[in-house]
Amino acid sequence: MTKQPAAVIGIGQTHHRAKREDVSMAGLCREAIDRALEDAGMTLDDIDAIVVGKAPDLFEGVMMPELFLAESLGAAGKPLLRVHTAGSVGGSTSIVAASLVQSGVHRKVLTVAYEKQSESNAMWALSVPVPFSMPVHAGAGGYFAPHVRSYIRRSGAPEHIGAIVAAKDRTNALKNPYAHLRNPDTTVESVLASQVLWDPIRYDETCPSSDGACAMVIVDEATAASSPNPAWVHGTVMRSEATSAAERDQVNPQASRDAAAYLWKQAGITDPRREIDAAEIYVPFSWFEPMWLESLGFAESGEGWKLTESGATAMDGEIPVNSSGGVLSSNPIGASGMLRFAEAALQVRGLAGEHQIDGARRTLGHAYGGGSQFFAMWVVGSDKPSH
Amino acid sequence: MRDVAVVGFAQRQMEEFDGSPTCVELLVPLFAECYEQTGWTRQDIGFWCSGSSDYLAGRSFSFVQAVDAIGVMPPVNESHVEMDLAWAMYEAWVKIQTGEVDTALVYAFGKSSAGQLRRTLALQLDPYTMTPLWPDTVSLAGLQARAGIDAGAWDERAMAEVAQRSLTDAEDNEHALRRGGSSVEELLARPMYADPLRKHDCAPVTDGAAAIVLAAGDRAREVRERPAWITGIAHSIDPMSMGTRDLTRAPSAQRAAVAAGTAGVEVAELHAPFSHQELVLRRELGLGDDVRVNPSGGALVGNPLFSAGGIRVGEAARRIWDGTASRTLGHATSGPALQQNLVCVMDASTNGGSR
Repeated sequence: MTKQPAAVIGIGQTHHRAKREDVSMAGLCREAIDRALEDAGMTLDDIDAIVVGKAPDLFEGVMMPELFLAESLGAAGKPLLRVHTAGSVGGSTSIVAASLVQSGVHRKVLTVAYEKQSESNAMWALSVPVPFSMPVHAGAGGYFAPHVRSYIRRSGAPEHIGAIVAAKDRTNALKNPYAHLRNPDTTVESVLASQVLWDPIRYDETCPSSDGACAMVIVDEATAASSPNPAWVHGTVMRSEATSAAERDQVNPQASRDAAAYLWKQAGITDPRREIDAAEIYVPFSWFEPMWLESLGFAESGEGWKLTESGATAMDGEIPVNSSGGVLSSNPIGASGMLRFAEAALQVRGLAGEHQIDGARRTLGHAYGGGSQFFAMWVVGSDKPSH
Repeated sequence: MRDVAVVGFAQRQMEEFDGSPTCVELLVPLFAECYEQTGWTRQDIGFWCSGSSDYLAGRSFSFVQAVDAIGVMPPVNESHVEMDLAWAMYEAWVKIQTGEVDTALVYAFGKSSAGQLRRTLALQLDPYTMTPLWPDTVSLAGLQARAGIDAGAWDERAMAEVAQRSLTDAEDNEHALRRGGSSVEELLARPMYADPLRKHDCAPVTDGAAAIVLAAGDRAREVRERPAWITGIAHSIDPMSMGTRDLTRAPSAQRAAVAAGTAGVEVAELHAPFSHQELVLRRELGLGDDVRVNPSGGALVGNPLFSAGGIRVGEAARRIWDGTASRTLGHATSGPALQQNLVCVMDASTNGGSR
């Protein structure tokens, strides 16, 4: 049995900001949903089911907020699912929505992911003391910094590689009207001059904390026929690995490598660097670009930083990464993964505006979460998959 | 649609977990039970999906540690919903329908005793207009029960009859926290708890965990002689607003029932944490007097949050496995006053028998 074809025909996102005090949670979601529906030429009445994704409920202080949001999201009278898989959730949510179509259960599915981090304090929400566990109180940066240091030691990468990524993504963000951070004149030098937060991660190499949402309309083959520019789903994958295991390689986790291998096989891709035209990769701290380039197979082990250094990941490079500005420029955590998936789809639809990569026909959307242990990815294409 | 069946089910229910075990300690024995029932190892599981709540656990990312219960390498195809086990099962059923996998193990866990549950659940309400008033779950259910009494939809005696039957049936359920029926008169003589609810009208605060195994086609047949084939599964949600909803009805339950097809069901396990909610559900699901409701005792005798809905599906599946029924139904609810509902209909034959 094979999956039914599925395609993205509507995409919407909010203007991401540190505090969206002009909207409630419902208003934030509707800003993205209404744009996605308009793009798809649909109304909420056309939608069969709704899939909501967001990261921990402690980020907003509401337990299972999709319950009170149900009506404003247009879910009343319909099936509603709520996905939560840590940082990868935006990606996982997209995949669950796609699977509702690929299974033949529904024909028109709306999915929305959001985070309104200004309602609470993410650092607090991530640092609630847990019985019998040593509190770290370090947030995500403190957790990932040793992985970055380990990558630098293993690969022999020069210390300025992270700054190259940060300068590139922040510059790309200037071409994205929805991006949160708009810091003109960010250069490798200015990034290197910024404060070290968690050695070796500098302030300008970290993602912001944003309010924002992203929504997509995913439909079956018959419905997609009426769209001028569907983004066809060529492959999806979710992989997870346990937290506590001495044999885990958190710099290049097996779950990531397994996920990539499965994804490329599904999409019929043997050489991702040649066959993928653009990638939206979850890079919350700059150094994760070269790390994931290796793990995903865009570069050999230990060589990812060379790809970054050569300019290959810039908008005019061989494999543009995060031309939207990426997580480094907008980070509403629950939505960040879906933004990667949606930006990948915008590229193959030719709708990415100023940050469009010319001729992008097959792209990667990627998200990860937890302690580098949850992975969600998809490949979308402008052509209907042939296999 | 592919033929998919429930082939494994394990559960734990208790007033308070002894010694505050981690979710890993809770789940490992449940997975072992599932492996024993199926004869499988973790390598046979194509997809994993869990249900739990961070607010119940009092921390962010509470499900992350649970993945450790699966084991370390290789990594797994895995997902999580911030919902009851029944919806985790739904996601897995969809995944099997895509053809990507043939088997799934879904699980859920929750330690309701860790906080003051009825207060914690007030955080589920509208944060702008309701939560600041801290209306607790039991009080809201009391308002719902009163609305039904005032409307003539049910009375206190009908509620007591539900409790009496549940407590009596629970005598045969080793997992039940409450058991032992007396009489409707004796129950009605007990004091009010949240008028018109008496304590026996309200599910006990329960810690617990559960796991369900799904398999498609021949993978199901290799496990059991009588797999519980899922011939209908659907869910739906209503607006939350307590002020504008007709609390005597649950339209989402009715929609799910219509979509799943409940005609001819012999046994129904209903997730009704309050006695009057069973009466609402019987009506919405179109269950006649000949349908055996909650032979396990239902949620009134044990209601571990985030697994209790899935446990209803597991209990209904068991009746197919052991041959006591040919067509059963498991129901799950979420949200205040039956806001969100799922119906899963299972049959001894893949085509639903003679229907």
